[in-house]
Amino acid sequence: MSTEALDVAKAFGEALVELGEKNPRVVIVDADLADSCRSDLFRDRFPDRTIDVGVAEATAIAVGAGLAFSGKIPYVNTFAVFAAARTFDQVRQIVAYGRANVKICGSAAGLSLGYAGASHHSLEDIALMRSQPNMIVVSPSDAVETRQMVHAIAEIDGPVYLRLSRAKKPPIYDNSYRLKIGEAVILREGSDVALFATGDMVFETLEAADMLAEKGIYAEVVNVHTIKPLDIETISRAAQKTRSVVTIEDHSIIGGLGGAIAECLGEHMPTPMRRIGLRDTFCESDSTKVLREAYGMAPHHIVEAAIDAMNMRTISARIHQN
Amino acid sequence: MKQLDSATLARLENVAYRLRWHTVDIARDHLKMHFGAVFSIIEMVVALYFNWMRYDPNNPQWEERDRFVLSKGHAAPALYTALAEAGYYDLDELHHFRSLHSILQGHPCRLKTPGVEVSSGSLGTGIATAVGIAIAGKLDKAPWRVYVIVSDAECNEGSTWEAIQVASNHHLNNLVVLLDRNGTSASGPMLRRNDIEPLEDKWRSFNWAVTEASGHDFQSLYDGLQWSETITDRPALIICHTEKGRGMSVIKEHPEHNFMLNADQYRRALIELDDIEKELVNHVN
Repeated sequence: MSTEALDVAKAFGEALVELGEKNPRVVIVDADLADSCRSDLFRDRFPDRTIDVGVAEATAIAVGAGLAFSGKIPYVNTFAVFAAARTFDQVRQIVAYGRANVKICGSAAGLSLGYAGASHHSLEDIALMRSQPNMIVVSPSDAVETRQMVHAIAEIDGPVYLRLSRAKKPPIYDNSYRLKIGEAVILREGSDVALFATGDMVFETLEAADMLAEKGIYAEVVNVHTIKPLDIETISRAAQKTRSVVTIEDHSIIGGLGGAIAECLGEHMPTPMRRIGLRDTFCESDSTKVLREAYGMAPHHIVEAAIDAMNMRTISARIHQN
Repeated sequence: MKQLDSATLARLENVAYRLRWHTVDIARDHLKMHFGAVFSIIEMVVALYFNWMRYDPNNPQWEERDRFVLSKGHAAPALYTALAEAGYYDLDELHHFRSLHSILQGHPCRLKTPGVEVSSGSLGTGIATAVGIAIAGKLDKAPWRVYVIVSDAECNEGSTWEAIQVASNHHLNNLVVLLDRNGTSASGPMLRRNDIEPLEDKWRSFNWAVTEASGHDFQSLYDGLQWSETITDRPALIICHTEKGRGMSVIKEHPEHNFMLNADQYRRALIELDDIEKELVNHVN
């Protein structure tokens, strides 16, 4: 396993180029942020297959749909906060309802652009995209998974929202990893508590699992890289086994991974739960790390939430006994 | 410019009459409809589908077809009746308009209706989607062209202006927009309210080629379409001057945007249609 930090955004850009070499139908739609989104790598290699519409995100989505209706596989790039919220009407009316084969790539999701402040924090993109019929929502963790995800979503004939972080960390996976959309990955087995994480919060969660292990608590760590369709079976099984769960995401706790898993377990395997994420609040400006600490999303917060969830399990068991 | 012969003009007038007849027959006295918006674009739709665009109703996905986008999706019956008359599906389908399991939704849905290229209904999204289609055509050096019908009130939508800016930046000479200039939006006349003038100057300043046509006159529409093919370096706009509810006085009795004919109005609509038919027969003789 490499200990060298790999840049998720760069891995995304490089994967686009690989995909472009392989599949001539792949085109890029940019909205003036190619350099930040790293779709500049594709643009430089395939200028004729790159359409920059300028600072017009909603139009980028609709133009992408038009390209898709004519047989292209467009990857539309902008910051996640604009890719979902700014464009939502076009996403709903043209892309989702029309089942357009558009790949919407939301760059720098969550608190990735911490210093930029709340206008650039994307805290509701999962919730918005997940609400749309026909839409698949994926959120890879490290550079290896991101690269595979770029290729995997090209094989789906329909709309996909690809949520990207800006993590620069040693990869979780090595090259033997084989991503399968719709199948959550158990990164670590444990029987005391299940930690469901997505995107680059998987890194924080693995760190939290180490801290829990030092306390003699064995956490099952599940990487939910596909938020829709949710892997109900793996998630229910982990909940059944551990009887207490925590969800961890760089997103609002409303409607994102936490919402999705609460809905899933509520119907399939009711289980005491804690959610890590933004608690119905806008955020301030600072580094991602500082913000995660300040807003309750650091590894030690995950540890506290895990212990809370386990205590809740005990209380709930007592209530049931009485 | 080529002139249409009298037989062609008679044929087109007859199709226009049939689309109006079907529209009234779908709604009768029990369905609400955007009659005004539908009737203002009947001739535009007929001009495109029955004397201009290339398509194959037996093969809606034919690669070489011209693409049509109805951006003003609330005028769906104009498109549905045209597609039925063109042979995309049986005329009987029209009677299932807006009911469960029908291929004809209240607003166009590309997944349900053969011949519908783009789902629409949210105003101001049609041109941007058509821009994407036109760019794909350019990338493939394809011979087909893209036609869009937008309403004048869609020029209130910022997304319209985003899209037309992208279109000219990409020199989309394969994109033609027909703008239904009936001067009215849902709440009434646009003048001094949600006005869009100077319309022609605005589009020209966005680097589009612009002409005007009389939107209920087949020769004028044909002239506009012929002109659009002479534009080589930019997209083309044909401002089609139209009349909301054109062709039926019963429709004009309603100031509303979306309404139902009462039993008496429906009866009078049928009489009016009958008169139009008689006139068409006299023309041919």
